[in-house]
Amino acid sequence: MSKFKKGKQGDLPAISTASLPDIVFMLLFFFMVATVMRDSTLMIENNLPSADQVEKLKKDRTTYIYAGKPSTQYKHLGDEPRIQFNDAFIGVEDVRSSVLQAQADMVEELKSKIVIGLKVDKNTHAGLVSDIKQELRKANTLKVMYIANARAEE
Amino acid sequence: MAKRSAPEVNAGSMADIAFLLLIFFLVTTTIEKDKGLLRSLPPIDDSQVEPPIIKKKNLFTVLINRNNQLLVEDEQMELKDLRQAAIEFLDNGGGTNAAGKSCDYCQGKRLDDSSDHPDKAIISMKHDRETSYEQYMDVQNELVAAYNFLREREATRLYKQYYPNADKVFTAMLEEKEKNQFSKDEVLNERIENIKTLYPMKLSEAEPDKN
Repeated sequence: MSKFKKGKQGDLPAISTASLPDIVFMLLFFFMVATVMRDSTLMIENNLPSADQVEKLKKDRTTYIYAGKPSTQYKHLGDEPRIQFNDAFIGVEDVRSSVLQAQADMVEELKSKIVIGLKVDKNTHAGLVSDIKQELRKANTLKVMYIANARAEE
Repeated sequence: MAKRSAPEVNAGSMADIAFLLLIFFLVTTTIEKDKGLLRSLPPIDDSQVEPPIIKKKNLFTVLINRNNQLLVEDEQMELKDLRQAAIEFLDNGGGTNAAGKSCDYCQGKRLDDSSDHPDKAIISMKHDRETSYEQYMDVQNELVAAYNFLREREATRLYKQYYPNADKVFTAMLEEKEKNQFSKDEVLNERIENIKTLYPMKLSEAEPDKN
């Protein structure tokens, strides 16, 4: 028979959800920062060669061109290496127009600094690469980055 | 029996757990950053100007055939020896450059039948259409490595005092330039340009034959 009234013991106290928004925001920010946007799905095999004299690439001014054998889903296209730009296979003759289009879409001050990132499968023959380079010369986009996996210097 | 209430769950540690997760992911995630060899293509030249005559001794030819074999200066060579051969060629300094100066920083053998001056030394590379891209990249890598080696050596000789702790002075300089890209450091840029002019990268690529 205590004089003091005990606190309501009957019902469940609610779990505080005050910090939930914080957690969710934090996750959101984390994914925003850490996610690499892959802007095109690869339709080709893409095992990059490796090199040790590599430089970093400036993403804001880079346009990627992929080349390699069509991957298993696209086997019906045969074994010959193909060029992929954004989300489609293109022929060598379309490289120039695609690159010029990409350049036109860039921010004004970076247009002249455009770099073409060549992500070419290491089993591709180099003739295809030189065809691409010829087209790039015609498009007057002369900075080329041969993208490679960095390996430690011997 | 009295109805017993569940005690309130303490949510105070939630933030700690969340931060722990955040830090864990921050540490384990590697943000993908592409790296590669940066090269410039030559512009298309339609003019009918006769190309200048280059002496054979100033030209270092590298051929790759369809079986990925290397032919360097008319001799077969293994890939591992290419870097050293290129360094020796570039660093030979057997004569004078266009301005008539001899190469006083070269440490090569100064042979008569190798390059006159790093200014004049040109590496010419030609590959077959059937050469694999991997081999092509390996050769490019070795040739770029030869230039980098020499530039690194000169940077160490000239500017080591400014970067006493750096293992690779030229790399350190380029990194510093990268860091300060919004505030131009004239002195640093001038030094980098200076190193680059000591060993200008003259790496030409011939188109493969169409057949």
